[in-house]
Amino acid sequence: MQTMSATDPQRQFEQVVVPHLDAAYNLARWLAGNDHDAEDIAQEASLRAFRFLGGFRGGNSRSWLLTIVRNTAYTWLKQNRPQAIVSIAEDELHEIEDPDAMKNHSLHHADRDVLRAALEDLPTEFREVLILRELEGLSYKEISEVADAPIGTVMSRLARARKQLQDFLAKKGDLQ
Amino acid sequence: MNCQEIHPLLHAYVDSELDLMPSLEVDRHLQHCAACAAMKRSLESLRGNLRRADLAYRAPSNLRARILQSVAAETEEKEIPQRASRPWVWQLLALGSLGFAVFTLMLQPPGNSSNDRLADEAISSHVRSLMASHLMDVVSTDQHTVKPWFNGKIDFAPEVKDFAAKGFPLIGGRMDYLEDQTVAALVYQRNKHTINAFVWPAKTATPTTIQARRGYTVINRDVNGLHYCIVSDLNGTELQEFANLF
Repeated sequence: MQTMSATDPQRQFEQVVVPHLDAAYNLARWLAGNDHDAEDIAQEASLRAFRFLGGFRGGNSRSWLLTIVRNTAYTWLKQNRPQAIVSIAEDELHEIEDPDAMKNHSLHHADRDVLRAALEDLPTEFREVLILRELEGLSYKEISEVADAPIGTVMSRLARARKQLQDFLAKKGDLQ
Repeated sequence: MNCQEIHPLLHAYVDSELDLMPSLEVDRHLQHCAACAAMKRSLESLRGNLRRADLAYRAPSNLRARILQSVAAETEEKEIPQRASRPWVWQLLALGSLGFAVFTLMLQPPGNSSNDRLADEAISSHVRSLMASHLMDVVSTDQHTVKPWFNGKIDFAPEVKDFAAKGFPLIGGRMDYLEDQTVAALVYQRNKHTINAFVWPAKTATPTTIQARRGYTVINRDVNGLHYCIVSDLNGTELQEFANLF
């Protein structure tokens, strides 16, 4: 029986990856939709991060880890739940929003479960930008790196995600 | 700027991602346009609700432990030379493995090297299987689906039973490779713990052994001419309860 030894890669892992395990699990959980698969994805992604530590060039370690989590989750989803990934035609994204549809949507005390359900109802690519923005507080630039999409696309996905969220909440009648 | 030009900027405005000049333009517009001001308030309200609802999931503590263990296990496999400094996480792990070492010594006589090699190999297979895409080739909680799936893939018929009633539901199976041969791997679950039961025909009758290594428990057991090598991060007592079901 050997004892665990602290080596440089382990220390680096502890500094670069471990502080962001909550963020990693959160993204995995929102992409996978259940605890069990999210744990597998988070663990696989963390191991990959460990192996790729040499490729981490400093900078934002959270975005770096979340990029790996996202890639791992998408690979997993493609293999296990191909129907979950709905590809979105990007040229549809620039529709002009109807201000009347939005202006009454000032929800005040939307129930937590309703919000959760509304987020789960979103297409994966919309859900992830909202999670990264609202729950993880990433900047547009960081989201564009994690989601591997231009900033313009991130912005239009965010706009459409929020609109769908508001529409869903409106339908649930959970508005003021 | 008119409303048509303002709308696409509102999200970036609310997200504080707009440059100074356009941001001032939006400010000016919002002062005299009630419709756009309402849109802005609705966006702020949505984001406020999302943040207040505390919707972020946090990594379960057993997941953290598993991740640290698998990283430590991988480091050992690569035989990276030891260094002097030990941050507390690794010290904790070292302490844990020391505990397991004592546990192991109590369970089995020292120097059983072929058994140790098998246990190490089985743990590595178990850890690999936990990587998202490798756990199962056939996913089913139905023993009548899992058992026929092995037909033609291996030259023996493993017993496939679902122990859901006993708290160990069957979740699937796959092919694996252990001791220089193709083996059947049956995958069970106990709460959040995954159990791999590797099965192959027993060559010689061997007594049941239980080992604790690298934070995993490994049980070897012969039943009706089949050898079962059972691996999990589950505690020894519960894993033994599981092994006795075969």
